[in-house]
Amino acid sequence: MSDDGARLVGMLRTMYRIRFFEERVKELFGQNLIWGGVHLYIGQEAVATGACAALRRDDYLVSTHRGHGHCLAKGGDIRRTMAELMGRDTGYCRGRGGSMHLFDPEIGLLGGNGIVGAGLPIALGAALSAQYRGSDQVCACFFSDGASNQGTFHESLNLAALWKLPLVYICENNLYAATTPASKTLPLPDIYVRAAAYGIPGVSVDGNDVEAVYQAVSQAVTRARGGEGPSLVECKTYRIEGHCMVLDCHRDPEELAAWKERDPIRMFEGRLLEMGVIATDDIAELRSQAEADVREAVEYAQASPFPSADDLGLADLPAAVVAGF
Amino acid sequence: MYVQALNEALVEEMGRDASVFLIGEDIGYSGGGVFRVTTGLADRFGDGRVRETPISESAIIGTAVGAAATGLRPVAEIMYMDFITCGMDQVANQAAKISFMSGGQVRLPLVIRTPSGMGTREAAQHSQSLEAWFVHTPGLKVVMPATVYDAKGLLKSSIRDDGPVLFIENRMLYYEKESVPEGEWVVPLGQAAIRREGDQLTVVATAYALHKALKAAEMVAGEVSVEVIDPRTLVPLDMEAITRSLEKTGRLLVVHEAPVRGGFGAEVVRRAMESAFEYLDCAPRVLGGAATPMPYSPPLEDACVPQVEDIVAAMRAMVGR
Repeated sequence: MSDDGARLVGMLRTMYRIRFFEERVKELFGQNLIWGGVHLYIGQEAVATGACAALRRDDYLVSTHRGHGHCLAKGGDIRRTMAELMGRDTGYCRGRGGSMHLFDPEIGLLGGNGIVGAGLPIALGAALSAQYRGSDQVCACFFSDGASNQGTFHESLNLAALWKLPLVYICENNLYAATTPASKTLPLPDIYVRAAAYGIPGVSVDGNDVEAVYQAVSQAVTRARGGEGPSLVECKTYRIEGHCMVLDCHRDPEELAAWKERDPIRMFEGRLLEMGVIATDDIAELRSQAEADVREAVEYAQASPFPSADDLGLADLPAAVVAGF
Repeated sequence: MYVQALNEALVEEMGRDASVFLIGEDIGYSGGGVFRVTTGLADRFGDGRVRETPISESAIIGTAVGAAATGLRPVAEIMYMDFITCGMDQVANQAAKISFMSGGQVRLPLVIRTPSGMGTREAAQHSQSLEAWFVHTPGLKVVMPATVYDAKGLLKSSIRDDGPVLFIENRMLYYEKESVPEGEWVVPLGQAAIRREGDQLTVVATAYALHKALKAAEMVAGEVSVEVIDPRTLVPLDMEAITRSLEKTGRLLVVHEAPVRGGFGAEVVRRAMESAFEYLDCAPRVLGGAATPMPYSPPLEDACVPQVEDIVAAMRAMVGR
């Protein structure tokens, strides 16, 4: 298989892993084995996958509250990711972070974030750090339509443009901010046009087309790595699930059905079959491998111990409050 | 001078460690910060290491957070402590929590320097002492130098610390003079200083209130024997030093300029009740700011925080004189 073919198949594999991971997370939440604010990435797999395929392992990534896909696509360990969601000591953050706060410095993953828009200023720091050290790393900063209305979006783009920081802003416009449709929060439907206000390139791509995302982000990465500064890539996509497991939102059934028709994984499967990069059997094998990876991750997590409160190393746990601190 | 001591600390630490850089509004060639703490540093280290920013507090603190998480040691300046509200998410939800939430995978060696305090007649949005907010937020160290010597020594320790430090300066102290040694020194975080020894009353006082408390102690010398303790760092707090003093004196008065309600003084009293209850001869007291936004007019502003005569009165009352 050509390098390009391997890349394409690799991207399909990543998308399967994310999708099956998320489907399993949904089940585990229903079984009370995962808790809290769990924000599923189903329907948006092409964005993380295409974008991360354009990044190096040592590039930085600033994630969001909907970040499982970012972590897996960047090369995160699926077992440690699942273990973190299941609150285990073997999880990425030893059970301190959970679903919204995945960190892995080994792959440049600087954390998910429970605060919408809060990653944008942090991305400035990672990009500045690369520039300061004379490294050619870039920082990919994921955020969504909701975050694009936070003040931090504007502060961040302004400073990144001013200092020509090696930053790639990846907006996942999934059309909903929590339960509110983008039509009620954006005066213009396009977010990429805001780049013009800061004198940086802004492009819009089909966020359900993994190749389109890959191409657009690759260009932005090349520009950033070359010292030409930041870019904004808006990926038009759709969040198939509700905001989080405990907060669904009403969607027009026709809208939902139309987007399901544009499933990023099915679209990509079709294209790869058409191109002759893979055959139907390959698809079955890729799928079952991804399913096995997820199954194994769950088994690993379930076999892992919960962390001990003794390891918090605190003198002021409530039970010990008399000791004071 | 306090302001020079801070400047020297920055020069020395930037010279010692190339990963230390400064970020903030007006701090570079535009003038070295409105209080001139960073004067001359851009000339010395260049604008790559003295990063002058737009008025964007979230971006300033967020940049410091991201840079610290990726191997640098940023020192961010927030021009007035009041303005930290604009970057509060980055302080309280990001800087304070990332190291913990990452399960210890990420270190966050950053310092946020910011001046607080009243007395400069700048009204309610430029005169606040907000230390209690940060004492209340797990994950931050909170440092408050009250002397020239400490301004330098504590800032150097803060820069070398591997966690996020909120370094609170005091505007009334910037031009405070004190003779200090030549060369380098560091003051460890978490060690209180006994500024005056006595055996009838322990006064714990922070920042500018320390100077007022020392004046008050001098004024009652001969009638009340006052021990004055400067905690220097509010988190971690040297409770041992305070407890040792209470063992001797049996009386506790805490003085600060921040509002008393829900304040740092209440925290010292809480902990003294746990660590030193058996030594106490009378109820501890906190003398602090009124529960009101700071007014502009001098007599009004002065009335809102403890003055030397208020402290004198409290000292006398507590020992029954």
